[in-house]
This record gives sequence, C-alpha cells and structure tokens, in this order.
Amino acid sequence: MSTPEAGLLVALVGNPNTGKSTLFNALTGLRQRVGNYPGVTVARKSGTCDLGDGQKVELVDLPGLYSLAAASPDEQVVIDALSGNIAGDRRPDAVVLVVDSTNLLRNLFLASQVAELGRPVVIVLNQADVAKKQGLRIDTELLSRRLGGVPVVLSSAWKGEGILDVRRAIALAIAQQTQLKRVAWPTNIAAALADVAAAAAADTGKQISEADAQRLLFDTNPSTADRLGWTIAQREKTLRSARDRVRNSGYNPMAAEPLVHYAHLRIILEGVAIEGLGKAGRSAAVDRLLLHRILGPVLFLGIMLGFFGSVFWLAKFPMEWIQSGVDWTKTIVAPLLDAYPMLQSLLADGIIGGVGAFLVFLPQILILFLFIGILEDSGYMARAAFIMDRLFSWCGLNGKSFVPLLSGFACAIPSLLSTRTIEDPKARLATAFVVPFMSCSARFPVYALMCAAFIGPLYGAGWQSVVMIGMHCVGLLFAVPTAFVLTRLVLKAKPQPFVLELPRYQMPKPRDVIWRMWQNAAEFVSKAGTVIFAITIIVWALSYFPREASVADRIKAANPAASEEVVKAKLQAAYVEQSYMGRFGKAVQPIFDPLGFDWKITVGVLASFPAREVIVSTLGVTYSVGEGAEADSRQLRKAMQDAKWSEGPRAGTPIFSLAAVLALMVFFALCSQCGPTIATLAQETGGWKWAAGSFVYMTALAWVAGTAVYQVVIRLT
Amino acid sequence: MTPLSQLLPGQFGKLASLNPERGVDQRLMALGLLPGMVLKLIRRAPLGDPLAIEFGGQVVSLRLAEAENLIVDVAADCPIQRPRQP
Ligand SMILES: Nc1nc2c(ncn2[C@@H]2O[C@H](COP(=O)(O)OP(=O)(O)OP(=O)(O)O)[C@@H](O)[C@H]2O)c(=O)[nH]1
Ligand SMILES: [Mg+2]
Repeated sequence: MSTPEAGLLVALVGNPNTGKSTLFNALTGLRQRVGNYPGVTVARKSGTCDLGDGQKVELVDLPGLYSLAAASPDEQVVIDALSGNIAGDRRPDAVVLVVDSTNLLRNLFLASQVAELGRPVVIVLNQADVAKKQGLRIDTELLSRRLGGVPVVLSSAWKGEGILDVRRAIALAIAQQTQLKRVAWPTNIAAALADVAAAAAADTGKQISEADAQRLLFDTNPSTADRLGWTIAQREKTLRSARDRVRNSGYNPMAAEPLVHYAHLRIILEGVAIEGLGKAGRSAAVDRLLLHRILGPVLFLGIMLGFFGSVFWLAKFPMEWIQSGVDWTKTIVAPLLDAYPMLQSLLADGIIGGVGAFLVFLPQILILFLFIGILEDSGYMARAAFIMDRLFSWCGLNGKSFVPLLSGFACAIPSLLSTRTIEDPKARLATAFVVPFMSCSARFPVYALMCAAFIGPLYGAGWQSVVMIGMHCVGLLFAVPTAFVLTRLVLKAKPQPFVLELPRYQMPKPRDVIWRMWQNAAEFVSKAGTVIFAITIIVWALSYFPREASVADRIKAANPAASEEVVKAKLQAAYVEQSYMGRFGKAVQPIFDPLGFDWKITVGVLASFPAREVIVSTLGVTYSVGEGAEADSRQLRKAMQDAKWSEGPRAGTPIFSLAAVLALMVFFALCSQCGPTIATLAQETGGWKWAAGSFVYMTALAWVAGTAVYQVVIRLT
Repeated sequence: MTPLSQLLPGQFGKLASLNPERGVDQRLMALGLLPGMVLKLIRRAPLGDPLAIEFGGQVVSLRLAEAENLIVDVAADCPIQRPRQP
C-alpha cells in the first residue's frame, strides 16, 4: 500500500460492536472482517481513505474497547496507538469516535476519555438506522454544540448511508483541529493529577501529558508507569498521597474517573436524544425463548448438533470431489512421466498428494466458518457463551471456549482460528492449547480401520461402537485437566473478568458472513498450506530415497511366478523398508516397543506426524497391499490380521493383538500429528513456543498413555 | 441491602456499593454501572451461573461470584415487579 501524500493518520476508535470495521470498509473500500460479536477486530488494520476533496489520509481500524483503563491486551493496543507508543507508528492526527446511536451515554464515556488526549475528534453516530427504527431522535447539532463544536454526524455504515458526511467531517476536524469538550475535574482531583504529573516528570525527566497523569493516578494496572520508566520505588509515595487526596474529597480514587465522566455526560446529553414510541424490545422476547431454563439448553443443543452435524455431512461431498479430483490429476499426470520414475513419484505422491492433503480440509473450513459467521452476526454466539460458561469456568476457560472446542471435533485448524473471539488472553491460550485434543475427523479413518479389522470381527458390532465412541472421548478426558493445570499453575496472567455484553439480535447479513468465510479460508491456504506442503515433500523424500535398482531385481527374482501387481506391491514395501524412513523406523522401533508397535507400524506413525490420516495409506504400503489402501480395504485388514512377530520374545504371536490395537488408537487420539495444527497454533499464539510445547506435551502423553494401555491389556488378555 | 447475586429474576435494585479495586467492578463502572444506578436482574443462565443484568439500556452477563460484591438496595423507589416465588 502506498502511503498517502499528506501523511495524515486517522484512527477509528469506539466500543466493541459499534460498526468500526464496517465504517472502515465503507471509507476505504477494503474489506475487513465484521461481526455482531464484541471483540471481532483483534489487531489494527489500515487503509487509505479519501476525504471527499481529493485529500487522502491513512485510516486505522482498532479493536473495540469500553475504557482507556487498560485491562486487556486489546485495549493496550488502542491506548498505545492513540498515544503513538507503537514503534514505527505516528500519533493519529485525528480520532474518529464511532458511537452506537442507541446507547449514547455509555459510548460517549470512551469519547470523553479520549478527549483528554487532546487530539482533533469527530463523533460518528453509527447504526442510525437502528435508532430510527427504535423511534429515537438525536439532535446532532445540540450535541455538537455541547461537545465543544466537534463535528457530529449520523451514519448507517452498513447501508453506506452518511459516509460522505463522515469524510467531510474528518476533513473539517483536521482543518479546524476540533477538540472535544473536556471534563472539569473537581479541584482536589485536578490537584492530585498535577502532583502526579509533576513528580513523574521530575523522576523520569520526561514530559507527562494530562492523559498519562490520569492513567497513572486512576489505574491499578502499571502499564503506563512502566512505559514512562517510573519505577515502583519512585511512584509509590506520590501515588499514595495523591490517591489519599482524591479520597479526602469524597471520591474513591479507583471510581473517580467514571463517576466524573458520567456526571459530565449526563448533563451534556440532557435533551439530546428523544425517545419515541417505536421501542424495539424484540431481543428480550427472543431471549425469553432462547435463554429459557429448559427450552434454552434444548434449543442450544439442537442448534449446535444441527450445525456441526452438517459440517461433516455437507463437507463430505465436496471433500470426495476434491479427493477424486486429486486422484484423477495423478492418473493423468503420472503416465506422462513414466520415463522418469523419481520425478513421477515426486509430482504424484509428493506435490499433488501434498496439495490434496490440505485442500480436502477446505470444505470443512468454509462451512464451519459459514456457521460461526451466522452465529456471530445474529447475536446468538454471545448467548451460547452465556449458556455454557458454567461448564467451562471451573477449569479456567470460559463460555467462549465452547465453539472452538466443539468445532475441534471437525478440524482443529478452523477451530484454532475461532479462538480469536476469546478476549481473555489466558483463556484464549488455554483453549487453543487443548483444541488439538478434540478428536478431529482425520482420526476417524484410524479408528475406523482398527475397529473394522479387529474389534468388530473379534467382539461384535456392539463393542465396535463402544470403542469408537470411547476413542472420541479420550482426548476430552485429557483436555480438561490440561486446561485446569495450565490456567492454574502455568499461565501466571491475571484472569480477566468475564463480563459479556449480550448484543441485540439481528438478521445475519449474507455479505458479511460470506466475506468472513472467504477470508478465513484464504488465510488457511496461504499460511498453513505452505507448511503442510513443505512437510509433505520432506516425508516423501525420506520414504523415497535411497532407491537402489538391486532391490527391484531381488524382488523380481524372489517372486518369479507372481502377477505384476503383487510384484509391484512387494517392490514398494521393499523400497520403503530400505528408504531413510524405513531404516529410521527400524532404528527407533525400540522406542515404540512398549506400545507393541513393530517397525512397520512405527514407520506408519512416523510418516503420519505431518498428517495423521497418512497412517492408513502407509500401512497399506508397508503391508504391501499397494498404495490405494483405504480404511475399509479388505486386503489391508486381512494382511494386518495375519501379521505375526517374526523375531524377539513375541515371535509367532499376532502383531495386532487387542492390546496393540487399543494402544495404537489411544496413541493416535492423543498424539500431536498434524503439521497444519502446529503451524496454526504458532500463528495464533504468536510464536513457536506454545506450538513446540503442545507438540512435545501431546506426543509424550500419547506415548505414556499408549504404553499404559498396552501393558495393562496385554496382561489381562 | 442485598448482594446482586441474591436478586430474583425480574427484580430491580439500585446499586448501593461496589468494590472499585476489582477488575470486574472497574469494567462494570466503565459500562456505566455506578452507585445509584437502577438495574434489573433479567435471568440466570440455565445452569444457574452467570447472571444477565440490564442497566442503562444494555444487557450484560456476569458471573455469580463476581456479582456477590455488588450490593444493591431493593428500595421503595425502584420499580419492583412481583418476583416469582422460588
Ligand atoms: N443495522 C446496522 N448494523 C450495522 C451498522 N454498522 C455495522 N453494523 C453491524 O454491527 C455489527 C458489528 O459491526 P463491526 O463493524 O464488526 O463492529 P466493530 O466496531 O468493528 O466491532 P469490534 O471490532 O468487535 O470492536 C455487524 O453485524 C455489522 O453488520 C449500521 O449502520 N446499521
Ligand atoms: Mg472491528
């Protein structure tokens, strides 16, 4: 993006969910993600905005916040952006305060705090269409006058109404440096603020703005003091006596700021908004149904099961199309390269297979985000969090963890992306950390193969379903204590209060929902996609090289009467056995011996670290039934049922004993075997630390649990 | 004087005091819940926690444990609707 010539910077600031991102999109023409769920914008985004007269400014969209008293990291981002503390970022030349027209008082509290920063200000009363429907009339001229002459404009950003007025108002604010009327602090508080500013300036040698002095005096959070370099030893005495001074004047120092601002605003708003008769109270009526003591949870379960059931169901068909498209491409491309077997394998198994491996997730991701978008935009998501909070609060998570955890049963990738809606950083991190424990759909083929080959034939269909369901619960069993330990013992951050606004219901807007779905999918493809691709190529290379011609001759000589197909399958198995992967598998097999895995399973386990569903096709290769093995392949089942230990203390006994089968499934239920998940986890937690932690923790846990299962069951059977 | 957590659904109360040192109360004050403000307990979540309260034209959810420190006055000048007998 080119920087606008004028080089002016304008920031959009306001309460959550007021329509900042929608207005940003209308002003810049860029598309930003919007949603009817407080906290949708989690970091700043910028674009170029035309002020209507050819003048261009850079516009930044910031996360929503209720107060400048920094409580959460998102709020800190805004405060830093407004005061120009972000490295390489200027202080904004003007601030556009986006206000929800239907709740002026609360929205203007933030405006009144921002006024203290002394920047030119524009007030945009957004969602004017909703106000109008409610019969609310706002006297913008009166409000503008009372606020000291700052431009006050009405807009309905979503409908594109009033956008030109907003552009003009910004130009005016910059030209005339319009300042918002500031509160008159009671004398004692003003004196306390002056004391703090003077002491901080003397101790740090820096100029202390009035806004900084307020943060120092009113906040329990030390972030402002830390930024200014005012140490505890230096500030303690000054702050204590300044706060005493505030207290002596009858104000609790921690409550003085909102009390003074709100009193100031009540006077300003006198007679500004006239409520009409068209009161819209439909949300309350809908809530009576959707949050009903008995019907509420029933409807909730119905909605969730319906939505997530259809994620599986609807995605099934496009996933099959993608899979057959990939297979078809292979069959077209492969024969063209018959003369170059290495290139052929690289292209067919490495590149096309690799791209296909992550493309198949795309339908699930698209559909999941379509549903999450509908839930958020309608306003139901906040209610879901309200209903579920009790179930999650005891282990340090909160109601907003519910949707990511549930969608984790489909696929961890979109589910990790959806943890962004959790404001509390501790709960967000803990939720993201346990999401990979949910039994995602890629684990299904493993359970399906094992159950169909061993549990079903030996113990009947009843036990087969029991094991199937049990496997889906294993992850959950470990996720809950993990979250508990993580939030209580590991993450030291102060827990955030779970104060959640329940927004009014609205019809989901298809434009926003579809845009959002598209954006998430694009992000997934560009970020996680590249990593999966790279890993797939590496695994391909490890299981392809070295490839000696002598192996082919030996196999052919050993099986003179066999059909071409059998020879091909045996040859593949032989190649894998002497590839780097096969050698490595044999070398590390002792590590997996306590779980009852032979070297072939070990190779399968190793090869499936980038993507767990690879185990099925790898077992197909190592058990030499050819590459096209699928979970319901009869041949593979038979080959596995017949497999026996050829040496060692277990020689002659079946490799796939009940103990080994259960251990293998438990191992897959818990192990971190998904490259994209690790990559996404790193992206969402802002570094490789947590991603690496998750990998090590889950893999170790899988080994321990797998060993425990094998050792116990082998002794019982 | 009763803790907010003990209001019945549908009951109004006037906020008498809160604890400004706590993060939750600071957040609520920023939302406009200040001493003297009339609020209404709309409902409890189906599992009993959290609560949904209404004040200043907005509906906000907060946890039971966090509502215990908010003391409300179920006084005569609050419009009280007959609460359902528990
Ligand atoms: N009726 C109506 N709805 C609007 C208007 N502007 C925005 N919305 C809706 O309000 C919701 C929130 O919009 P966003 O633009 O995401 O709000 P935001 O202020 O960026 O929210 P955060 O990033 O969470 O702070 C979305 O569902 C929008 O479609 C408007 O003018 N009229
Ligand atoms: Mg936004």
